[in-house]
Parts: sequence; C-alpha cells; structure tokens
Amino acid sequence: MSVQTPNLEPKGIQGLGKPIKRKEDARFIVGKGTYLDDINLPGMLYMALVHSPYAHAKILNIDASEALKIPGVKAVITAKDLAAAGLSWIPTLAGDKQMVLADGKVLYQYQEVAAVFAETRQAAADGAAAVQVEYEPLPVVVDPYKATDPDAPVLREDIKDKMEGAHGPRRHHNHIWNWSVGSKEETEKALAQSEVRIKQHMVYPRSHPAPLEPCGCIGDMNKATGRLTVYMTTQAPHAIRTVLSLVTGIPENNIRVISPDIGGGFGNKVPVYPGYVCAIVGSIVLGAPVKWVETRTENLTTTGFARDFHMDIEIGATKDGKVTAMKVYTLADHGAFDAAADPSKYPAGLFSICTGSYDFQKAYAEVDAVYTNKAPGGVAYRCSFRVTEASYLIERSMDVLAHELKMDPAELRLKNFIRPEQFPYPSALGWTYDSGDYEKTLKVALERIGYYELRKEQAEKRARGELMGIGISTFTEIVGAGPSKDFDILGIKMFDGAEIRVHPSGSAIVRAGTRHQGQGHETTWAQIVSEELGLDVDKIIVEEGDTDTAPYGLGTYASRSTPTAGGAMALAARRIREKAKKIAAHLLEVSENDVEWVDKKFVVKGVPSKSVTMNEVAFAAYTNPPPGLEPGLETTYYYDPPNLTFPHGAYVCVVDIDKGTGEVKVRRFVAIDDCGTIINPMIVEGQVHGGLTEGFAIAFMQEIAFDEQGNHLASNFTDYLLPTALETPRWETGHTVTPSPHHPLGAKGVGESPTVGSPAAFVNAVVDALAHLGVRHIDMPITREKVWRILRQSGIDSF
Amino acid sequence: MEITLNINGTEKKLNVEPRTLLVQAIRDAGLTGTHIGCDSSSCGVCTVVLDGKTAVKSCTMFAVQAEGHSITTIEGLAQGDKLHPLQQAFHDQHGLQCGYCTPGMIMAAYVLLQHNPNPSEEEIRFGLSGNLCRCTGYQNIVKAVQQAAQMLQQPTGAAADD
Repeated sequence: MSVQTPNLEPKGIQGLGKPIKRKEDARFIVGKGTYLDDINLPGMLYMALVHSPYAHAKILNIDASEALKIPGVKAVITAKDLAAAGLSWIPTLAGDKQMVLADGKVLYQYQEVAAVFAETRQAAADGAAAVQVEYEPLPVVVDPYKATDPDAPVLREDIKDKMEGAHGPRRHHNHIWNWSVGSKEETEKALAQSEVRIKQHMVYPRSHPAPLEPCGCIGDMNKATGRLTVYMTTQAPHAIRTVLSLVTGIPENNIRVISPDIGGGFGNKVPVYPGYVCAIVGSIVLGAPVKWVETRTENLTTTGFARDFHMDIEIGATKDGKVTAMKVYTLADHGAFDAAADPSKYPAGLFSICTGSYDFQKAYAEVDAVYTNKAPGGVAYRCSFRVTEASYLIERSMDVLAHELKMDPAELRLKNFIRPEQFPYPSALGWTYDSGDYEKTLKVALERIGYYELRKEQAEKRARGELMGIGISTFTEIVGAGPSKDFDILGIKMFDGAEIRVHPSGSAIVRAGTRHQGQGHETTWAQIVSEELGLDVDKIIVEEGDTDTAPYGLGTYASRSTPTAGGAMALAARRIREKAKKIAAHLLEVSENDVEWVDKKFVVKGVPSKSVTMNEVAFAAYTNPPPGLEPGLETTYYYDPPNLTFPHGAYVCVVDIDKGTGEVKVRRFVAIDDCGTIINPMIVEGQVHGGLTEGFAIAFMQEIAFDEQGNHLASNFTDYLLPTALETPRWETGHTVTPSPHHPLGAKGVGESPTVGSPAAFVNAVVDALAHLGVRHIDMPITREKVWRILRQSGIDSF
Repeated sequence: MEITLNINGTEKKLNVEPRTLLVQAIRDAGLTGTHIGCDSSSCGVCTVVLDGKTAVKSCTMFAVQAEGHSITTIEGLAQGDKLHPLQQAFHDQHGLQCGYCTPGMIMAAYVLLQHNPNPSEEEIRFGLSGNLCRCTGYQNIVKAVQQAAQMLQQPTGAAADD
C-alpha cells in the first residue's frame, strides 16, 4: 500500500500560539478523506424520498404499486408503516414533535411523504418518482404576521386544542410560545424619559448553511448482534445516540454512532432529520444497511433553515448619545414544527445578548414564535443560538441611533461601551460577561483602516456625487454553552469530555466529545496537549466522532468546542501531569514536593540539571511505576464550564456603490477579533476568513424565500446564491487578546464571530453610503436590484 | 452497459447505465476523492481533468461520454509519495478546512496553471469561480495557487507537473 502524506516537517513540542500546519490536511489533499457517501457496506440498500409539491395539503391517497414493480425496488414506507413502529412522529429538541413522513397532510413544500428502498441509487430514485400521491391543497400561511390572524388556517391539527405548549401558554392555534426577559415596565419608563428615541423594524431573513457536503446517513442494523451502527453526518454524535435510544427503544449500549469526516456543517448537521430516521427504520425492517444522502434540493428545502427573525427595536438615549434603554419585540417564524436547535431553557436561544457591547441600564426583549407552512429547523447557522440575530439587531440599531443623533457611529460606540473595569459585567438581561476591552479593539480597527481619513474621503466624494460608505460593527458574542446549571439539551447537561491516553513510548491518543467539520481540532487539541504535557505534537493523534470510543460530549456547534472540550482537554492533561509528577519524583529519587514543571520538563527544585521528560515518565508509567501507584498514564475529564465566554470584535467595512447599477463593491474589510487566548493563529485566521465570507453572503446574496403559495424559491445553487472567489472580498484580519478569566486556557472560541459580527458592518456601510439620500435601513440581502430601486427613487443621477 | 475508462493511467472496466454521470462512475470505481455537492453543476466539487488539459465538472458528463478519454482525479496527482505542488501549497497556506471542495478546487487550479502559469490574483479568482468553498473564504486558496505557481516555475516543481 502506498502511503501518501504531505512532507510534514517535524514539529516537535508546539503549544499555544503556534501557527502549525494542520495534521488533518494529509488525507484531504490527496482525496483520501472518508465522508459519509464514501462509505459502502456489503449488501447496502439505497433510500430515496418522495416529497410534496404543495406547501399545505391533505393527503388523500398514496399508491406505491408502480414503484414496487421497478426492478431493484425492495420496499416503500409511509407514515402508516412508521406508526406501527411508533416512529411516525418524533420529539424535537424544542419540546414539540414533528412528522417523520407526512401523516395525513403535508405542512411545507418538499415535505417527506414516503421512503423508497432499492438495491441501487438509480432504482431508488426511479421508485420515488413512481410513487403516486393524491393531494387536496389547503390554504397556505407564508407570512408569519398573518399566522395568528383569527381566520388563519389551522396548520397543526394534532395540537390545535392544546393551548399549553412546552414553553408556556399558546394564544392561537398557530402560536408556539411567548418568551420574554427583562423588566418591561422599567424599560418602558426609561424609554419614556429618554431625550432621544429611535424605532426600527428589521428582518433577519431565512437563510441556509448549505455546507458543500449534504446531510446523509447509513443505518446498519446487525440482527445477529442486535447492534445498530449509524454512520451520520452529525456535529453531535453522542446526543444523536441518546436521542436514537430514547426514540427507538434500543438500549444505548447497542447503538454506535459514527460521524465520519464532515464536509462542512455550520449548524446544518446538528438536528435529527426525517431522512435519518427513515434510513435507520429501513435498515431495521429490511435487515440490510441503508444509505441516504440528500440531494442539494432536499438539503436546501427540508433540512436546517436558520434565522427568520422579524424584529422591532426601540432605543432611548440622552441628547449627547448615552444609551438608556432598549426594548425589543421579535416575531420568529419557526415553520411547521418547532424543531429549533436550542438549549432546553432558551426557546429563543441566547437572543438576550441583544444589549451587545453597550452599557444599557434597562432592557426588555420579547419573542413570539409561530407556525407557518415552511420547513422546520431554526438551526444555529454558524451561530450560538440566535446570537447572530441579536448582534445584527443591536449593531444595525446603533447606526440608526447615530444617524438620529447626527453622531459619528464610532464615537457613539466609544461613548457607550462597557468599560474594561466593569468586568465581570452583569448585563441588564441577565448575563455575566467574562472579559473584554471593546475600546481597544475598536481603536485598533479604526487605526488599521484609517477611519478618519476615510471619513474625509467620503465627504469629498459625497460632494462630487459619488457613493461611498463606512460601516462599523463592534459585536459581543455569547458562546461555549454551557454551564450545567442553565444549559441542557433534552436534559443532558452541556459539559464536554476529553480523554488522553499516553502510550509507553511517549506518544498519545486523545479523544473528545466534539466533532470537527473543518475547524482543525486534530491540530488544536494536539497543541493543547503538547503545551500541557510537553509531548511532540506529531506524536499526538486526535480522534472524534465515534461514540464507542470518544468520551461523552454534546458536540461541535455554537462555538462551543474550545470553550468546553478545549477546557476539558487542558484539564485532562493537567490531571495526567499530576500523576506524572509522582512518577517523575520516583525516577528522580526525590519527594514529589521537590519536583516542579519547568519548560515542559520535570525538574528537581534548585537542581536544573536533574530532570526527566514526559517521554521518560510515560515509559516509567508502564515499566517502572512507583510502588503503590496505579500503573498507566491516562485519564478522562468532563469539564462543566463555570460561565459562558464572550468573544468580541470590531469590524470596519468600506463600500463603493455604482450609481447606475446599484452594485455594491466592498473595497476593504478590517476584522479585529478578540477571542481570548489563541491556540493556533493560522487556524483562527482561516475561521475568520470563512465566517466573514458567510456574513458577506447573508448580507448580499443568500436568502431562502417563498412565494405566496409557499413555493420554495431557492431550491438549488442556481437560485440560492453562494459567493464565489470572484465576488468575495479580500479580508484584513487582526487580533487583540483579552483572555477569559475562567477558561483553563483563557480561550473563548472564534468560529462564529465573523458570521455574527459582519452582516451589520456590511449593511451599515451600504446605509451609510446612502444616508444623505434619506435611507435609514435596508433589509438583507442587499441585492443590486434593491439598491438600484433606492437610487432611482431618490432621483439622483445615474452617472 | 460495459465501458472502459482510463482513470489516473489505469484502465477500469465499469458497468454503467447510459444515464450514469461520470462522477458517479468514478466514485463507483472506488475513487471517492471526487465529491458530489449539488445537482446543478454549480459547486465544482466533482471537478476532474480530462485528457490532461481540460477541467470538467464530472457531473456534466455521462460516463459513456468519457470512454476513450483519460481522466485525472485528485488521487492521480501526487507522484508516489511526492505531493503535487498544488497539494503541498494548499497544505502550506491553509487553503482547506473541511476538505470537501479541495479535490475539485485543486483539479481546477491544475488546469488554470497549465493555461496561465503565472496568474494574477484576479485571474486566479476568476479561474476558480466555478468552484465553491464554504469554509475558507477563498483567500488562502488564492495564496495556495500563487505558491504552487511559483513552485511549478522552479525546475524541481515543473517535473512533478509533467
């Protein structure tokens, strides 16, 4: 067998802060990654799904007889068959339930109606096309504001009379829950007393993560052993195992979930989808492995939408620009089932971070969630549970306020930032921010981009009739869910685990309950262990994604891996080091109290020449352990973080707008992030590049839109536009470092900051360019057409 | 129907349907480095090289159309243990994260550099605009192609390309 590996230079001990190249690249650059669809099992069947063409319709009849005549087709199942197994509906993470296959009616276009199993993928697809379904169309609810009209059609017949939901009372048959935080009375009073008030409505449109690898699953029930192995594109394999056990009744020890290499997730691969359940049921019923891989259309239409928050904000301030209070009302469109992926106690996620980086004394936020005829989801698309919507809301609104006050938006921010000495800072909506230096970060960004020169240039250009805008976003995130006192999913606390096994020869395998999808854990976890144990980074292998071997953990999303599993990894290593110290003392023939850890070696205090390395200790742990000490050198640590982490950043964007075409050109974008301690700066920068690009996409291109009949208007990549290399701007990145005081390494997490923080910077820049024309707000995506219409309505010359 | 495809210099006999796409045939032949990401020839993760000189999205061709042509996939790029400069450069410049677009991106860049051995940043961005990446924001991919272009213009690097 030929072994193709990159010419990796020996790295040695490489701890925190080193931009070492990624270990995982070795297989990907030669085409030897193992993604879900690369796995083929003997006797494997393929599954294809039948989808509804209607957004809301009764199912009168399903006829699979023609499908079953197609050579190779083995079976067709519908909700009736699933009902026999008790699986026609499954519970959602949000306390609702959802149909696996349409049960009596369909509630959104492309809803899964039947599953076809066949010997080849072609036969499965042919079978799905041959299933005849008779529908009776029903009135459709597309606009969330019309969902709770008195005469709105009933979407959820199953709960139409159940007026108490998982999160309190429901006030209409299409209402899901109402959630609020803060004091409404005090906030309204403070607003009434404010010298200046702004109000703004804004929509964070429905979007889709669209990782390039679609979702997929192979169910493999071994009837001889009773063991179910599930290969699944999942960001949270342990949570999936527990859910599968609860839903199917198969004991958890008899379920093994393997999450192979994942071709991007961004939140899309957190929930349980009907296709997964059908493939698993198919395997159990048919006694053969069953593979299902989404088509791109299935991906964009049925799995994992995000956002769809319709927000109204009111902010009060003094005349000289000191904010006093904020009040927010949001209508959340959750689609046909409340399958939002949020921690149990937080139906609107962490939206209450909406006070952002500013010292608001009074705040109140309220959210109503409603059902519509759209696919369920509410996934946290590169986002820690609605922090993206919250950050966009406050950062966009600060510019609206600056405009009202005729203040420079940078000056307004500087005036209202939470000061460094206020940390740990208790926010008006109940969070305790760990650390930050917002002024420093913004000043670095302003300096880097030459802010005040740009303002002069803008004034000159405006005088000449040219359109140029500068947008700022100084966001604060809330990530790393989370402390077990507040955070759980289905009751499971949101800690995460790490296991380290040091082998006799000084190499190690480390495992975590997280599952990377491009974030580089195979390198960064190794760096943490290299830092803490003084082992060669090339001799540390990182394994994630197999529930049979990895310690329990809730997975990778919401920027939680470094705050949770990264902490677990550091503390596991320190526990190893404690034991290693006893062994070192034994080898050095001194008391443990006389040994200290210096420069990644155990040294006898005051005698620097007497030392042993971790390699020597590891060998002794197996060959020469001290009498009375348990041999071996391994441990597992479950880390329950004491608080969330609060990364922040200052982004500044410069745009030029073509007056004739409405084309917005991003001239420059400076992103200064503060994610606390940096483990691998190269990887952090790569994460920022990618996140900015997704923020750019959301601001200018990506939207999951529907027509009045509920037809999905973005069901493939020719309608759902993703940025290519051509239109993606060049990013300029930088950092300030304000470590988290409670994280073992001081790290805060970074993967989502740029997606959270950047949309407001883009929109603020465009609005800034058009502000003198009376423009105060434009909803995303800011298409060329939208800008062109604004320009033509404004009456300015095209040239 | 039975066809013979020359993939990475090896003749492979394959049993395909007339409608089987080239990408599926390549993957069914065990070469899973070529990926599938959309149904509309938009994403480019299935890009392979036809006859050593044309980048093709292998979902836009039927397998039967590829008979008689030579096909190079990501698995055929390295010379034994020696990585192609593009592979080395993607690693060096952190030009990949999840790795899913990487094979197609590298194959598209391979042809780009054949046609234009010393491309500007704009030419690289234009040349790769048929290949989507959701992780990197393209910036480090551009850098990787620039590095590979330099490596290929050095005598040792050029040998790996021919």
